[in-house]
Amino acid sequence: MANTIAPNNPAENSAPRQADVRTEEMLVNMGPQHPSTHGVLRVVLRTDGEMVLESVPHIGYLHRCAEKIGENVAPYQYVPYTDRMDYLAGMNNNQAFALAVEKLTGLEVPERAKYIRVMFSELNRIASHLVAIGTYGLDMGAFTPFLYCFREREMLLDLFESACGARLTYSYITIGGVTDDLPENFVDVCSEFLDYFEPKIDDYNNLLSYNHIFVKRTGNVGVVSAEDAIRFGLSGPVLRGSGVKFDLRKAKPYEIYDRFDFDVPVGLPGGTAEIPRGVVVGDCWSRYYVRVKEMVESVKIIRQCLRDIPDADEKEGVCNKKCKTVKLPDDEVYMEIENPRGQLGFYVKGDGSAIPARVKARGPSFCNLCVLEYAGKNCLLADIPAIIGSMDVVMGEVDR
Amino acid sequence: MSFEEICQVLKSQFGDAIEETAVDSCRPFVTINADKWSEVAAFLRNDDRMAFDFLQCISAIDLLAEDKLACVYDLAAISPVSSTQDMTYLRELAVRVVTDRNAPQIPSVAHVWAAADWHEREAFDMMGIDFPGHPNLERILCPDDWVGYPLRKDYAHPLEYHGIPGTTEHELKSPRH
Repeated sequence: MANTIAPNNPAENSAPRQADVRTEEMLVNMGPQHPSTHGVLRVVLRTDGEMVLESVPHIGYLHRCAEKIGENVAPYQYVPYTDRMDYLAGMNNNQAFALAVEKLTGLEVPERAKYIRVMFSELNRIASHLVAIGTYGLDMGAFTPFLYCFREREMLLDLFESACGARLTYSYITIGGVTDDLPENFVDVCSEFLDYFEPKIDDYNNLLSYNHIFVKRTGNVGVVSAEDAIRFGLSGPVLRGSGVKFDLRKAKPYEIYDRFDFDVPVGLPGGTAEIPRGVVVGDCWSRYYVRVKEMVESVKIIRQCLRDIPDADEKEGVCNKKCKTVKLPDDEVYMEIENPRGQLGFYVKGDGSAIPARVKARGPSFCNLCVLEYAGKNCLLADIPAIIGSMDVVMGEVDR
Repeated sequence: MSFEEICQVLKSQFGDAIEETAVDSCRPFVTINADKWSEVAAFLRNDDRMAFDFLQCISAIDLLAEDKLACVYDLAAISPVSSTQDMTYLRELAVRVVTDRNAPQIPSVAHVWAAADWHEREAFDMMGIDFPGHPNLERILCPDDWVGYPLRKDYAHPLEYHGIPGTTEHELKSPRH
């Protein structure tokens, strides 16, 4: 299927494109209420006919000063607030904050809880990428893949619900472990889901990834080179889409990621292997496709977790008993993890009391979004939703 | 290259600009004089021994007891770009730049790391630190006409903003403090 796509005309590739659609300059306000801005993002576009000469993102519409709240509550009370930052990847956010506090206080995590954490953060990665892929299809005018993605996501949410009772804001991973042990039969139900889910990824590819129109809309659009990606501090699929094989789970393994065997997908040039022609490294399609491939890798990790997870230890439980009484030393820590959107970092500074002196979240969406000003230049108006969608930003975490 | 070795190089290069090295911290950090920060940052970015090309985060902190504000820069050097080999962090470094609380000024490093642009705007918005040399230092999360810097420890939140009450009737009747 991929081979039937004609190569893009090379002359068409060099920006600025199509000089004949220029008329006169106009400022267009896109958002904050706009279906393809994925929340309350406002972008001011300086347009000239169909051409966008400049796009300036304005953020802050969802600002709740989550960092100030962090200075007023104990760490275990702050965990639910982290859910509400990146609300599509609550588990990963809980994990990032929990790891930061554990590193600062030296709190031990039970072995079984570590496996549960990795398993759920990978399941959440799949759930988050399903939303990213589905809504990206919506942005590009493909409605059906969205329904397929949400069908599978629903099953994942059922799994989360069975473990912690919540479907979106879990607070399941907490300081010192997880709040509750796995429900009965979870291992069987989860492996059943994985067996069902894995072939579905091919369906998404056939429905959306290799769709001719989709490739035309996203291939060679919003290209970010590897050097620029690092310069702008991009991370996650946005960085790897630019051909940078950097993943914190490999680069600086946290939790127990060094025990698992998995690959890190990166953006590849079009025409090779399964990559359609017309795609270049660092474009919207590459960023999108990295997410598809990451789901396959997550399935691998979860299978290994299910295989290796130790049995419940009655005495130890799944959460450190000191999680609510722990005092933060007069010290500071910065801890990063690989969230579905990129590197989520928490800077936590203690002052000897039980309440942190400062909590700062380095949101991957926040850092990834700053490249929009650079990538959304001298492109077509229709490319703007393609570029924003491929960044997969969650405004709750951009604005915090 | 360990933290001590990095500090050694910095000390031999910049001498007094390196004010303090907190080796025993959970995550060691080096304190650098704000006046020299711009030069040190360029050195950290461009020197072959350092090559800190990835700015992870800038966290503005309020040191109320010392009557200071500070920024903490978390830097990392990434191994050469590869699409086949797993890349890693070669080294990491945390830098603290302390500034006066009454006229807080830290030179901008947005020209050194493009990622610093938004981080510095956030620090300006939330903590009120001025970054001379920044291309577009405006509030980023709060509205442009917001008064005060919310993350300062002595911040008092406004009681009214464009007709929107900042406190509820219930709170007025039974104040929390």
